[in-house]
Amino acid sequence: MDKYYERIPQEMFEFAQLDSEIHDEKFKTKARGFFADAMLRFKKNKSSVVAAYIIGFLILFAIVSPLISENVFHYTIEDKDNVYINAAPYIPSIAAKEWGIWDGSMTMNSQSQLQLDMLYAIGQETGLNPVIGEPVATEREEMYRGKPRKVYSYAVKVNTYYKVGVKNMVMSYSEFENIQKWQNETGVQVIFPAVDKRDIYPSKIKDLSSIADNPNIWYQCTDNKNTPKTDSNGNLVPAYCTDKEKEGAPYNSIRIEGDNGDYIYSIAKSGSVLVRVCYYNYFWYTHDSEPNFILGTDTYGRDLFCAIGKGARFSLIFALFVSIINLSIGAFAGAYQGYYGGWVDLICQRLMEILSGMPFIVVTTLFQLYMAAKVGVVGAFLFAFVLTGWIGMANLTRKQFYRFKGQEYVLAARTLGASDKRIMFKHIFPNALGTIITSCALVIPGVISSETSLTYLGIVDLSKFSGTSIGELMKNGQQTMTTSPHAMLYPSIFFSLLMISFNLFGNGLRDAFNPSTRGTED
Amino acid sequence: MFRYSLRRIGLMLINLLIITYMCFALIRMLPPPELPQGDPHTTVIMERREAMGYNKPIPVQFGLFLNGIFTRGDWGISDKLYFGQDVATIFTSKLPASMIVNLYSIIWTIPVGIALGIWAALKKNTWIDHTISTLTMVVISVPSFVYAFLIQYVLCYKLGWFPFLMKGGSDYFSWEMFKSMVPAVLSLSFGVIAGFTRVTRAELTEVLTSEFMLLARTKGLTRRQATIRHAFKNCMVVIVPSIFGEFISILSGSFIIERIFSIPGVGQLYLNAINGPDYPIFMMDTVFYTTIGLAAGIVVDISYGFIDPRIRMGSKK
Repeated sequence: MDKYYERIPQEMFEFAQLDSEIHDEKFKTKARGFFADAMLRFKKNKSSVVAAYIIGFLILFAIVSPLISENVFHYTIEDKDNVYINAAPYIPSIAAKEWGIWDGSMTMNSQSQLQLDMLYAIGQETGLNPVIGEPVATEREEMYRGKPRKVYSYAVKVNTYYKVGVKNMVMSYSEFENIQKWQNETGVQVIFPAVDKRDIYPSKIKDLSSIADNPNIWYQCTDNKNTPKTDSNGNLVPAYCTDKEKEGAPYNSIRIEGDNGDYIYSIAKSGSVLVRVCYYNYFWYTHDSEPNFILGTDTYGRDLFCAIGKGARFSLIFALFVSIINLSIGAFAGAYQGYYGGWVDLICQRLMEILSGMPFIVVTTLFQLYMAAKVGVVGAFLFAFVLTGWIGMANLTRKQFYRFKGQEYVLAARTLGASDKRIMFKHIFPNALGTIITSCALVIPGVISSETSLTYLGIVDLSKFSGTSIGELMKNGQQTMTTSPHAMLYPSIFFSLLMISFNLFGNGLRDAFNPSTRGTED
Repeated sequence: MFRYSLRRIGLMLINLLIITYMCFALIRMLPPPELPQGDPHTTVIMERREAMGYNKPIPVQFGLFLNGIFTRGDWGISDKLYFGQDVATIFTSKLPASMIVNLYSIIWTIPVGIALGIWAALKKNTWIDHTISTLTMVVISVPSFVYAFLIQYVLCYKLGWFPFLMKGGSDYFSWEMFKSMVPAVLSLSFGVIAGFTRVTRAELTEVLTSEFMLLARTKGLTRRQATIRHAFKNCMVVIVPSIFGEFISILSGSFIIERIFSIPGVGQLYLNAINGPDYPIFMMDTVFYTTIGLAAGIVVDISYGFIDPRIRMGSKK
């Protein structure tokens, strides 16, 4: 073949392109960087995307829930109500619809007829009937003075908030007047007429001091067991005090039905007045909003909705801080060790071995004992996390540096005269970045988890710093689990969701940045 | 191999000594717990502290401490929680409860976990695998105290099958005791099952797709034969060491579970010692936990070498 070319005359040849430029064809598609590529792979992983949305929602919850509590319902994390303790979730507007949710209900078992009567009486006086639905009666035979008789006991579903009924409260004159003013504005009855024990119990009972004070008894009783006396129609007979001598302060506000101006609304105490207030309405007065505990209250009578948000805020911010600090320390230490090797590496490895050998709980305890007084509980906690937390990161970076430092591009860079620093952080580090980022996403849930465990155990007490923590809420909830499961349930749900979604998210991120660790593809 | 093991153990002992010294120094630098006013034991306690070297330099104190341990097995005397009792005796009396609860939980969970992992790996990329993997992820993420709450609420309170707390006394093998341990054992189990499922699945899927499996199939083995004879053996290289590690760490118990179910174990003792504060007990617990942690790591590492002849540890290439 070659020979033939020689026979072709020279003038037959012609330049292919003398005028036109030669160039490669331009890429039709857009170039995709490392991160965009990872992002695409991440989006394919449905569960991680869902997890990312859930994390977003939980973070939003942490930001918004204390704001809602403070601005809409007017209670903060410091608001500890000593009456509504471990009360069930309650939203008045939804409770009124009788759907059986958010009605603040609890079931009281084995209530006697007398106790049931008293619940109904509370409803009759305050207009807020605590009994929800019909009580379920169980009949049982009992021997009474040698004869069998039937005894009923009731399982009754009550509204935890209404159940409190009326409470005795000692308050200053000005407070008493403020409440009256508020009553006139809103038309909500807070103050109820005073009662005197003498009027309640029949005169044959001489020793009244042996009967416990019960502000919810406003009706006449036939004996010292508070058995109500009924008139011919079966109605309760009020026993309100009309003795003007005892009145503590003038009352010029709305009066209850059936009062023709005789009842007194306060009893004089030295420098103050004793008043019967309907607690539900009193709460309304003090907080300028009805009780609106979306997730109920905890052991200290705090709003759980707000407390979970506050605790979560701390957890998330703290975890973020710890991760950033640990990752930076770890990355630097790992980079130096991996790059220089030799005795630097050896010493660092021994140091890391010792530090990682210390049980974390011991480290935290010692730091709390030592530093809490100087740098605060949170500072000491942070140090404890940082002391051992950077080791994992350092090991990871070190491994990456060992892997890359012998490669040709590093050699090329060194030949061109790049300094060690430049090689480490401009050439090797970006290549190791994928691994580092992915471990970051798994560090955060780890920190949150240990933080919660330690506050749960009570080794670290954050209540002074952030008001509360999820661990503390769960610790308290656990103790009252049988009577108020919601106090444990909601923090648990929140925390579990946070953990699950962070882990799913982290795994998705890891798979996206390091497709090789995903296991073999089919 | 033998020399490697010896070297690792030697290094571990040095690490243990350093960590113990650090903790010891930190604890001794704290002011000793205040004695109640007019306590009749004041002179005895002061004498005892003097003998422990409270007024001497820390290294001397540490020497005295080690001397006591090695010559007499003396870990000190509790000065608050169990006033006047020997710390080592208290400690060993707490150990069985922790161990038994943990032992029960891993005895049944390891087979279950491995079985689930194998199942998921064999049915890879089917709905079975997806369900098991997702559940594993979920179960691993949820902490044990949430399980403890659910179990206590549902099984103990609503259904009334088990008592709320662990029974007192030391009849650890009676039926009553076993029954009272079940909630705690269950709460611990979920995490262990999920852990083993995850490891087994990951390892087995990798082994199943490796080239020697292809060879095994090519030379005429059925899928079943190939899986049982070749794949399982190889994936056990990773699983068996972690079982060893798990067995070592049963000693340490679990702080949270022990507190919730009031198990009289070492974890509970540690928490009480912090709140006491009872430094001698705290010190012994610290040494104990450090030892367990270091030992578990070493046992895992060394057992790799024994199980898999391909791994030559410590040899120079």
